[in-house]
This record gives sequence, structure tokens and C-alpha cells, in this order.
Amino acid sequence: MRLSAFASRTSKEILRDPLSIVFCIGLPLFLLILVGVLNQRLPYVENFAIKNFTPGTAIFSFSFLTLFSGMLIARDRTTSYLARLFASPLTGSDYILGYSLPLLPLALLQSAVFFITAFFFGLPVTVYVLVTLLVLIPAAVLFIGFGLLFGSIFTDKQVGGFFAIFVYIASFFSGMWLDLNMIGGTLKTFAYALPFAHAVDAAKAALSGEYPSIFPHLLWVIGYAVIVFIIAVWAFRKRMKG
Amino acid sequence: MTAIQTIDLTKKFKKRTAVDSLNLSVEKGELFALLGLNGAGKTTTIKMLCCLLSPTSGDAVLMGDSILRQPAAVKQKINSSPQETAVAPNLSVKENLELIARIYGSNRSQARSKADETMQSFGLSDRSKDKAKTLSGGLQRRLSIAMALISNPEIAFLDEPTLGLDVVARRELWNVMKGLKGKITMVLTTHYLEEAEALSDRIGILHEGRLKALGTAEQLKQETGKTSFEEAFLALAEAEVQA
Repeated sequence: MRLSAFASRTSKEILRDPLSIVFCIGLPLFLLILVGVLNQRLPYVENFAIKNFTPGTAIFSFSFLTLFSGMLIARDRTTSYLARLFASPLTGSDYILGYSLPLLPLALLQSAVFFITAFFFGLPVTVYVLVTLLVLIPAAVLFIGFGLLFGSIFTDKQVGGFFAIFVYIASFFSGMWLDLNMIGGTLKTFAYALPFAHAVDAAKAALSGEYPSIFPHLLWVIGYAVIVFIIAVWAFRKRMKG
Repeated sequence: MTAIQTIDLTKKFKKRTAVDSLNLSVEKGELFALLGLNGAGKTTTIKMLCCLLSPTSGDAVLMGDSILRQPAAVKQKINSSPQETAVAPNLSVKENLELIARIYGSNRSQARSKADETMQSFGLSDRSKDKAKTLSGGLQRRLSIAMALISNPEIAFLDEPTLGLDVVARRELWNVMKGLKGKITMVLTTHYLEEAEALSDRIGILHEGRLKALGTAEQLKQETGKTSFEEAFLALAEAEVQA
């Protein structure tokens, strides 16, 4: 009861902000359509092939979940809304789940919109798309965890500033824009030490039906998601104790 | 019956002692005002009583439950309106109220009917569907206080409840608070001395974390030999007004 009431509030706060829809769905969708149109007019580029670019688009869009969940939590802290709730019967797990769970359906909606759009640009309609949607869930959890972490340690203004760096790192080192094999060397090693390229590779493998290739990448993503969530929960609980 | 009993309640932030061995008793149904200059320890005291801050030492018992040993039971019985206006900006007035009612255990239909009643009491019915962020500062403040009272708390903590309200809105809120006297225990902090004098059953004055004086407004005037409550407060709060 308490959790569902609080989770419903999180959904409303985010979905009623037009900017969140523009950035979570509008901007990545625009990029996907742009790349889809350019693909039909320009020579073939492996990275921008619709089967490779769509999973990257989904991961890129998840980074905005980090922004909006982080800003919501940080704003709740700075306006004393959280202080009001901390004095209520809500428990620590109510907060963590109430801020996180409502974003998962949004992540699924984002991915579904991008894959449906990709069908119009030649992505085959197969069962692999459904598997890919499932494989993207740990990545969504990872980005939501980053939002919880940023919201717990930064102010709402700082979250916006820090996000500019975060989205750059997440998209560049995901291999969405540049083929990491082509870059090679230290940058490639660094990129694969982070979870973002693994998230994209796991989704690409799922979309191609190469199931054995999914799990090594997915384990990286799940490992990072667990670590980020543990740190975020610790930071949030520290805030709860004043 | 005693609603609030603090026992040597102390809070230290590194070397600074914000609240120093506070021993205070508030009766059930009483409207108690906690006054003091900035930094006197009012908000820290309220935060400890609301289980938002752990005391460095000492304890407080609220309606029979300790803030140290039974914080969950305490939280079920209290509600608070923080110093800053604390509302969910993208939720409507009614949704804000329903959310708090549901967090305190009401089901959907109970929450809906409590929200309707509360909006009626606080003159918010005509703005029911408006998002909180579209309300004026005064109305947001009114909503914030309504959210503190919708759960029918046994104890309500109101931290500077009329800050930023115009004269009419302040008087309206005074009437609401007067109507609740005797029904729920209210702890009020305010910088408006006439507010404390007009509303409170008793007043406690904090100075540097210590309880300097306790009594009715009349008793405090007699104690200091002053004719106005403001002068009595200045004397008790050890404040010097420079010409």
C-alpha cells in the first residue's frame, strides 16, 4: 500500500515533466530515425547498421533515467520533501523500491519504441527482439542505480552538471558512436572495464540470437548494477540518518 | 497524560552542542510553542523528536514510545510540516494529500475522503486539481500544513508554519490550529512572537540549546517583569538589540 502509493508518485513526477519524455524518448528516437534515414543514402557503416545502432540507442536513452531519477531524489532532498517522508512510516526499502521500480516500465517502453521504429528501417521482426528487451533490463537497473546514487550525494543542480559528464562517458565508451575494435588499445581496454560497452554488446548478441555471447557481457552489467545499487543504498540510508 | 517527554535530550555536532540536556514535558492536546533566536536548537529538537536525527545522548518518549527504541511506532503517531514548503510539485493538491494519507495507512477510498475533508478545512477545494507547483507560495504553504494534519496525527510538529503567509492566510491558519487545540498535541516553532502568544498553551524558550524558560505567555511576562511578550522574550533569549 505505502510502497505502491510512493511508487505511483515517482511515476507521476517524472512522466508529467515534458522534458523527461523529450529526453528519454524524443531525442534518442530522433537520432535513431536520423541514422536510419542516413543508412539508406550513405555507404554501409557497420556501427550504424540498424541492428547495431538500435541497442546502443536504448542504452543511451537509459542514461536519461539516471538524470531524471537523480534530479527527483536530489530535489526531494533540497526541498525538505524527503525530510517530511523520513518522518513518516515509510521504510528504507519503500524509498529505494519506490524511486526505482516505476522506472523499469519506462525503460521497457523506451526500448520497445526504438525497436518498433527500427522495424521500419529494416530490422527483422523476430523473437530475438523480445529476448533483447529482457537482456536490457539489467542495464536499465544499472542506470537507475546511478540515478539513486547521484540523487543521494548531489544537489539537483549538481546532478545536472555531473550528468553532462556521465552521459558523455556512457555514450562514448558504449561503442554506440565509434567501433571500439577500431579504436583498440588502452581506450578499448578502458571502455570494457566500464559496463556500458558490455550492455550494448549483450543486447547486440541477443538481437543476433547469439545466446552464448550474451552472458559474459551481461555478467559485467549485473555485477556493476549490484555494486552501484549497494553504494547508492548506503548513500541514501546515510542521508536518512541525517 | 504526557504526550512528549524528553529526558536529557542532547545533540552535538562535532564540538558544537545544538541541544543540551533538554528536559521537557508536553501534555496531550496541548499547543506548545518552542521559541528561540536563530541557532537556538529549535529545529534540531524537532528533528530529533521526528526521528530524523539521532540524539547524541538522552531520549524522548512520544505517546509512550521511545524515539530510540520504537522509532517506527513514533512515526506512525506523528506528522510534521518542515520549515521549507515540502510538496510534490507535479502532483495535484488532492494527489498530494491522498499520497500522505495512504503513506499513513489509509486505503484509496479513505484517502480520497480525507483529502476532500482536508481541502474543505484549508480552503483548497477550488484548487483541488491544480498541480502544487502552480500554487502561490502561500497556498503551497497551506497545502504543506494540510499534509501534516491529514493523517490525524496524535502529535503534529509545525516548524515555522506561517512563514511567508500573508496576514489573511496566517489568521486563517491560526483558526485551524485553534480548532485543533485539545484534539491533537501540536509543537510549533515560530519567529512570530504574537503568534506564539495568541495560540500557545505554553511556551518554551531555548537559548544555545538549553531551555531558558517555560510557562504561559503571561507567566513569562511576570517572570521578567516586562509588559509585552516581545520584551520578555528578548530578556529571556538574552538578546541585545542594538540601537
